[in-house]
Amino acid sequence: MISVAFQHHLGQLPFDVRFEAPAGVTALFGPSGAGKSTTLKVIAGLESPKTGMVTIAGKTLLDTERGVNLRPEARGLGVVFQEPRLFSHMSVRRNLLFGAGFRKGGTLGLDEVAGLLGISALLDRDCPSLSGGEAQRVAIGRALLSAPHALILDEPLASLDQSRKSEILPYLARLRDHLAMPMLLVTHDLNDVAQLADYMVLMDTGRTIASGPVTDILADPVVAPRLGIAQMGAVITGQLNAHFDDGLSQLNCAGGTLLVPLTDDPLGTRYKLRVLAKDITISLSQPKDVSALNTWPAIVRAIRRGDGPGALVTLECGGDMLLARLTKRSLDGLELREGQACWAMLKTMSMAPAQIGA
Amino acid sequence: MMQLPPEVWQAVLLSLKVASVATVVMFPLALWVAHLLARGQFRGRVALSALVHLPLVLPPVVTGYFLLIAFGVQGPIGGFLADFGIVLAFRWTGAVLAAAVMGFPLMVRAFQQAIEAVDPKVEQAAATLGAKRFARFRLITLPLMKNGLIAGCVLAFAKALGEFGATITFVASIPGQTQTIPSAIYAFLQVPGAEGAVAWLVGMSCVLAVGAVALSEWLIRRGRRA
Repeated sequence: MISVAFQHHLGQLPFDVRFEAPAGVTALFGPSGAGKSTTLKVIAGLESPKTGMVTIAGKTLLDTERGVNLRPEARGLGVVFQEPRLFSHMSVRRNLLFGAGFRKGGTLGLDEVAGLLGISALLDRDCPSLSGGEAQRVAIGRALLSAPHALILDEPLASLDQSRKSEILPYLARLRDHLAMPMLLVTHDLNDVAQLADYMVLMDTGRTIASGPVTDILADPVVAPRLGIAQMGAVITGQLNAHFDDGLSQLNCAGGTLLVPLTDDPLGTRYKLRVLAKDITISLSQPKDVSALNTWPAIVRAIRRGDGPGALVTLECGGDMLLARLTKRSLDGLELREGQACWAMLKTMSMAPAQIGA
Repeated sequence: MMQLPPEVWQAVLLSLKVASVATVVMFPLALWVAHLLARGQFRGRVALSALVHLPLVLPPVVTGYFLLIAFGVQGPIGGFLADFGIVLAFRWTGAVLAAAVMGFPLMVRAFQQAIEAVDPKVEQAAATLGAKRFARFRLITLPLMKNGLIAGCVLAFAKALGEFGATITFVASIPGQTQTIPSAIYAFLQVPGAEGAVAWLVGMSCVLAVGAVALSEWLIRRGRRA
């Protein structure tokens, strides 16, 4: 459990940040300049706010009212920065073991962490010889081996190109599945949020705007527009149950079956899928004669009319929430109301499943 | 081979002793001052920097004069030290003080640049891993500034070997006691027929100076390979 509340001034930008994150992975999401990194610095003790309070796993790290402000070295957090910040004069092994020399009682061993992060073969290498992705994995391992109560990551993927990013993401997912430690991940990429996080905190211009489970926030028609029109879309989970000869695979989801472009993963693999709001259309009767292959029965749960010509509709499909974006004109034409039964059509080719812990 | 006066070897050995002791003595102080100048946020930082660099711009004879005033047996500091039986003026220890004061700015400059080249973000990372201030300095900052440390020591050592003005003003040129290589060269130049001794001392100066630079290059290269 991570609990954060603080007020601060940084240049012209007033900060008012407050959120609570349960165990598991929490994404701190927002555009550049929203104050995500500053929030993380306050949590790590690298920046001291005027007033505020930070507790992690029951331990008070900062409480300005009671005059508590632990130094970074006393906070017991594993911090991963945007850049690896490795100690270039030490081998990979000595980098990894650096924190263990100061904090005892870590439950993770060098071999276990190196195995989880795929860096066992790098232990005796010099840091300057590592690639960007390797160096960032070493930095994550170094933080994990310092016996932390929580792992906080400040856009650990931001300095990497797309291929390096996809090299690291699976490792982060493995950490999430293998460790009981709370993780706070700063990111401005909604795909990272969808793939890794259970809970998310939305920030903009120094403020926390919303927080809640990722599936709720991404399907919330009031909050979702803050994420940007192109980014809007809910997250659902599905399990692979068939491959077909025509290049499609079938997933079982709560709302029905879903056909997606063929994957080469084994049957039974679980996926998190991001269904973009613009890829969903709504029909009042069961659709026939349409090209969209995936049609699910749905119930309208929320409607939000935008300032422009668009509107957002939250649909419940067998317990999963989907978010659809349509025009106000279609909304009025269909006379959609909350509680109304309808059909949601999902475009097959737009599904890009992001695999999570196999 | 011609017979060399004993003063030649005395001067060489004394110079080596004075320069070595001066380098060792000023090292911790230079490290502390360099860290203050590089990372400190306090009033009087500019004044401290100016004071440290003063011997670099003052005529060395003037620095020697100030040392004589302050550390002479009648001087405020010298008188105090004399109560404890410590006398610097006209002793080899005084030559050490003169060499250290003159070499100090060079050492501080080299160290300060080396500290400034160490990314504070890396020290920050060490802090989040549990390293306290001193551990961070010892395990991260100090090893990362190694080349600067070597360069600063070599510069200060070479400066101490060659220091003349402040030394001769503060401790004179007493053969076997305070006569270092430069003051010996100066003394032998006044003596007719001592050209051989002068040539030896000049050659020795060159060998020591080149040797110090070569040693530092070797240390730096070895550090890169390891």
